Amino acid sequence: MSTEIEVENLVRRFGPHTVLSGVNLAVRPGELLALLGPSGSGKTTLLRLIAGLDTPDGGAIRFDSHNALGRKPKERGVGFVFQHYALFRHMSVFENIAFSLRIRRAKNPEVVARVQELLKLIQLESLATRYPAQLSGGQRQRVALARALASQPRVLLLDEPFGALDAVVRRDLRRWLRHLHEEMNITTLFVTHDQEEAFDLADRVVIMNGGKICQMGTPIEIYQTPANAFVHEFLGESNKLPVTLTNGQVTADAGFVIGHADAPDAPMTAYIRPHYIIPTPDPAGPWLVTRLTATGAQARISLTKDSAVLEATMTADELISSGLKSGQTAQVKITGGMLFDPAGEGPVKLTPNVARGALPHASSLVS
Amino acid sequence: MVVRRLLIAAALLFLVLFLVLPLVVVFSQAFSSGIAAYFTALIDPNVGDAIYLTLVIAAVAVPANLIFGICASWSIAKFDFFGRNLLITLIDLPFSISPVIAGLLEVLMFGLNGLLGGWLSANNIQIIFALPGMILATTFVTFPFVAREVIPLAQEQGVEEEEAAVTLGAGFFQIFWRVSLPKLRWGLLYGVLLCNARAMGEFGAVSVVSGKIFGQTDTMSLAVESLYESYELQASFAVASLLAMLAVVTLVLKAGLEWRHRDELAAGRRKKTA
Repeated sequence: MSTEIEVENLVRRFGPHTVLSGVNLAVRPGELLALLGPSGSGKTTLLRLIAGLDTPDGGAIRFDSHNALGRKPKERGVGFVFQHYALFRHMSVFENIAFSLRIRRAKNPEVVARVQELLKLIQLESLATRYPAQLSGGQRQRVALARALASQPRVLLLDEPFGALDAVVRRDLRRWLRHLHEEMNITTLFVTHDQEEAFDLADRVVIMNGGKICQMGTPIEIYQTPANAFVHEFLGESNKLPVTLTNGQVTADAGFVIGHADAPDAPMTAYIRPHYIIPTPDPAGPWLVTRLTATGAQARISLTKDSAVLEATMTADELISSGLKSGQTAQVKITGGMLFDPAGEGPVKLTPNVARGALPHASSLVS
Repeated sequence: MVVRRLLIAAALLFLVLFLVLPLVVVFSQAFSSGIAAYFTALIDPNVGDAIYLTLVIAAVAVPANLIFGICASWSIAKFDFFGRNLLITLIDLPFSISPVIAGLLEVLMFGLNGLLGGWLSANNIQIIFALPGMILATTFVTFPFVAREVIPLAQEQGVEEEEAAVTLGAGFFQIFWRVSLPKLRWGLLYGVLLCNARAMGEFGAVSVVSGKIFGQTDTMSLAVESLYESYELQASFAVASLLAMLAVVTLVLKAGLEWRHRDELAAGRRKKTA
């Protein structure tokens, strides 16, 4: 029933710029897949190529093993939702949703029935005669979705669907879309630059950068084992420490051992998320607490040791019970992290190594 | 406060002096010999011919403008092609050239001793001192009106709606009729209104190419002049009053459109958007 999409070695150039350089992707039938990446990573271009709004310079796109490239957008059975909705401003909500049916010369009773059904689905039955300019952003987005679904597409493509909405509406719509997807089971791809949105909504996430796919997997897989330094950084803040490996021991160039790793002796960079850094007050500790800030439930602690700077996070409650004060010295425990080579590749997991003398007061830490 | 009042007073004075007063004079002169004489002047066959000719010229020039305006805005807003900026600049050319020069250029092209004159007369085609020349001159002079209203509007609206229509299965003509044209309709109407007023009122260019044969190649604005020169003052002002009424009606319609569709039309005056 649901459609499988295969993208093979897809290339797209705009003048001298290569926007997509050999992208391979397999979207499973009925899957909800997120294309995540910074702006300029090629994710929207990929979406437009799949929709048929643009033509690739090389490669193949197949829907259920049939070549889609020779087919026009209307023959591909694709529903597309644009970032800025692209509703027809001179048509009512009803006529916007009815557009694809009118184009196909559907009979009027049929059109009315289908549009009513969709209006009910998007819970905007009372606004059928309104014009797009009279709707809120969230309402427009839902109309755009209903319009894309009207002719029962096999594939649904959404370009930054919640990008222009405020946080609360975005969260509601996200949940609603997830629910809708579970009901309809259409193969769905959506583009986003918001990591939280991608992880919250998608079955699998594709991380793109510089016209290439960096990594593809479930949200947990990607977060736990990022394929390279770019992915690690893109998914959230990290402390970057230049380190050197000797016999598996990882020593920060700032002069402290942070753990060990299964990798050959070489200079590398450790990426440590702020919540993997746990500072505790210690009058003899080598770190100086320079700043404490609490934003609601979350607290941030900035620490320095010579030229090295660490950012740690913990819950506000943990901060209070830890007794940390600004201007005091502290000890630091590192409980996890990743190592990448100077090119940002070759990921190795950092095994925390608090018992080997680097952090003499580790035993006193509350975990 | 004083400065403000002075400035407003100056503006009003100008308005009265140069717009209201002449308008009053036109109508008072037109009706100076009574209402009957006014209508007698207008039903004169030569005046009737002038009105007819004016309508014919407008009926060709305005649609030509409309079609050109749609084509130009469509191609400029939706495609990036070689010479695009040159086209945008050239559209304004008729604004910067004196209409008399435009008429002269045409004589130089199509006149008996003109570039194409020999070929035209050999094939018995008369352009100068005939209707085709007057239509060409009017079309040239009114060239930018629709295009200039619609191009910025089309550029601001972008192509997203058209792309949406593509994904919804529409073909080229369906997109044009159902999406692109309705999007631009108020800008188009506004442009047509201005274009029509100018086409009916055009004097300079048409004067050069018409030869001013009374009753044959006389438009309304030319008739005003020829009647005036033959001392038929009242008749001259009667025709002038018709043109003045056209101007007033155009202004009222324009104001109405501007008020109702100010958001859409505003794009026409905004040079650049992000």
